[in-house]
Amino acid sequence: MKILEAKNIDKYFRKPVDFHVLKDINFSIDKGKFVSIMGKSGSGKSTLLYILSTMDTDYEGELYLNNELITGKTEKELSIIRNKEIGFVFQFHYLLSDFSVIENVMLPAKKLGIKTLEEIKEDAFINLKKLGIEHLENKKASQVSGGEKQRVAIARALINNPSIIMGDEPTGNLDSKNADNIFNIFKELSQKQNLSLLIVTHDDDFAKRTDRIITMEDGKIIN
Amino acid sequence: MIQWKVIFSISKTHLVTRLKQTITAMLGVTFGIGAYITLMSFMSGLNQVLDDVILNQTPHIQIYNEIEPSKKQPIELFDKFKNNVHVVHSIKPKFTQKKIHNALPMINYLNKDKRIKKAIPQLKAQIFYISGSIELAGNLVGIIPLEEAEMFNLNDYILKGSLQELQNLDNGIILGSGAASKMSVNVNDKIQVSTISGDVFPLKIVGIYQSGVAAVDDIQSFAKIKTVQRMMAKPENYITNINVKLHDINIAPEISKKLTQLFDVYALDINTANAQFETGSSIRNLITYAVSITLLIVAGFGIYNILNMLIYEKMNDIAILKAIGFSGTDVQYIFLIQAIIIGFIGGVIGMVAGWSISYFISTLPFQTDGIPGLKTFPVLFSWWYYVIGIAFALISTFFAGYLPSLKAKKIDAVKIIRGQ
Repeated sequence: MKILEAKNIDKYFRKPVDFHVLKDINFSIDKGKFVSIMGKSGSGKSTLLYILSTMDTDYEGELYLNNELITGKTEKELSIIRNKEIGFVFQFHYLLSDFSVIENVMLPAKKLGIKTLEEIKEDAFINLKKLGIEHLENKKASQVSGGEKQRVAIARALINNPSIIMGDEPTGNLDSKNADNIFNIFKELSQKQNLSLLIVTHDDDFAKRTDRIITMEDGKIIN
Repeated sequence: MIQWKVIFSISKTHLVTRLKQTITAMLGVTFGIGAYITLMSFMSGLNQVLDDVILNQTPHIQIYNEIEPSKKQPIELFDKFKNNVHVVHSIKPKFTQKKIHNALPMINYLNKDKRIKKAIPQLKAQIFYISGSIELAGNLVGIIPLEEAEMFNLNDYILKGSLQELQNLDNGIILGSGAASKMSVNVNDKIQVSTISGDVFPLKIVGIYQSGVAAVDDIQSFAKIKTVQRMMAKPENYITNINVKLHDINIAPEISKKLTQLFDVYALDINTANAQFETGSSIRNLITYAVSITLLIVAGFGIYNILNMLIYEKMNDIAILKAIGFSGTDVQYIFLIQAIIIGFIGGVIGMVAGWSISYFISTLPFQTDGIPGLKTFPVLFSWWYYVIGIAFALISTFFAGYLPSLKAKKIDAVKIIRGQ
């Protein structure tokens, strides 16, 4: 079953000069697969990720999530899709620094507004526990370390049981031990919970251990 | 669907974690609203006192015989010159009696009219105060003391003595303060007053009167209307003025017009008599509003600035919120709510501050000869200013917050996230 499918995606940067960033991208991701995107800087891998994430809507082509066309939906509809179906892990912008760890994790579920506050809190705590950081629950987000922040971000990405987790170099800013740790968490999520993952990375070791590597060069998928 | 609870809690967290900035922004609003309320209360209080000075002692309609030239000169009545141009040189005013014809029935008639609160007679006479060999020119007004006190607050202007004593005493006089000090006389002294025809009467001073206008206080004095009639050897129906007080001051011009037609007398309404006063009041109000609105706009810019800065600081938060599923509108509400909370709390504190300062001002002693009866600064407490104040606080902070929040709504999360 296809979770995510891209058909004939083209993207241009207009400024400072016209530039064809993504050229006719076609690919799909099956459920439960751990996929990494590799490529040199400027190959368009991050640009592609942000299009797939629905945050960038300025492209040509068609994008399907759970076999539903999401190209051309309104900003509001897309934000609901992001809230429900997609979990994000970034390299830098981890958390809302004014909020506590558990509040950060709870935020997407509160926005979804399906469960009660108690249920959300319980879910958030279970997620923190799964990632081994339940002791940080009430700490302020700005007071925890980089590796811990990334784990909090993963807990947050999981809170609404999304169809897919997307990551933009989630281990790029971590030392090898923490990076390894994060990779193992991803791997486990993919194997045990049959979760789909799409991770942009520079890290060869990281990519080699995933189910599938998509390599990009000059705006095209070459492999 | 908008999850207001989450949006509120994020707004609250932003405000609480940046408490100093929040308080600064609130103080801006507080200052604006507080100053507005204080200024309005103080200015309106002053306006009202000044208005009262005029309104209380001025009749709404004064009826008297005006000295004026005849509207129709005799030549116009002559048929032969009907179609000619008339040129009359050196027109003199027509001789009219000062007394109002049929005054007593007229007063009865007026007092039966439901729109009229009261009509009371006066008799104005020119006299001389005799102090040794010196004669001072003056005006003696014959009144019905208690009715005058009731209708025109004459009591407020009696420095010493009382109108009650004037009512009781047939040869009493209440003397203007300027005249009294010129002649070095005081209450219970006796002075001699001479009429124009030369008859001299001894009168006992039962009170000193001060209107605040020196030119009036130097010459004006009051006696019972019967006393003045007797002095002038006139009968009881000799009345030169009728002062009318209405229930509704706004119909004064209309009624005065009718009276002029009905009785063939000159009826002057208060609006005509004090036209310049209205202008003064409305311009003072205008200035007060202009200053207050300026203050509030300055406060609005303060909020605009602080929210703008907050949004720059919170770029990352905005990007994350958008990435995890908050729509642009959600993000806009987060910042708009902050602006409105700042406006509301700042406005409420401003109302309290405005009331406190107004109250404090109203306790400060302030006395002036110009306005007798005034002990402290005049302040008008009107709930209306508080309603306008809080409404303006909310509206101005809404607009001050609207532009920055719109910016937050439009921020491209991808640019922020990729920018680092």
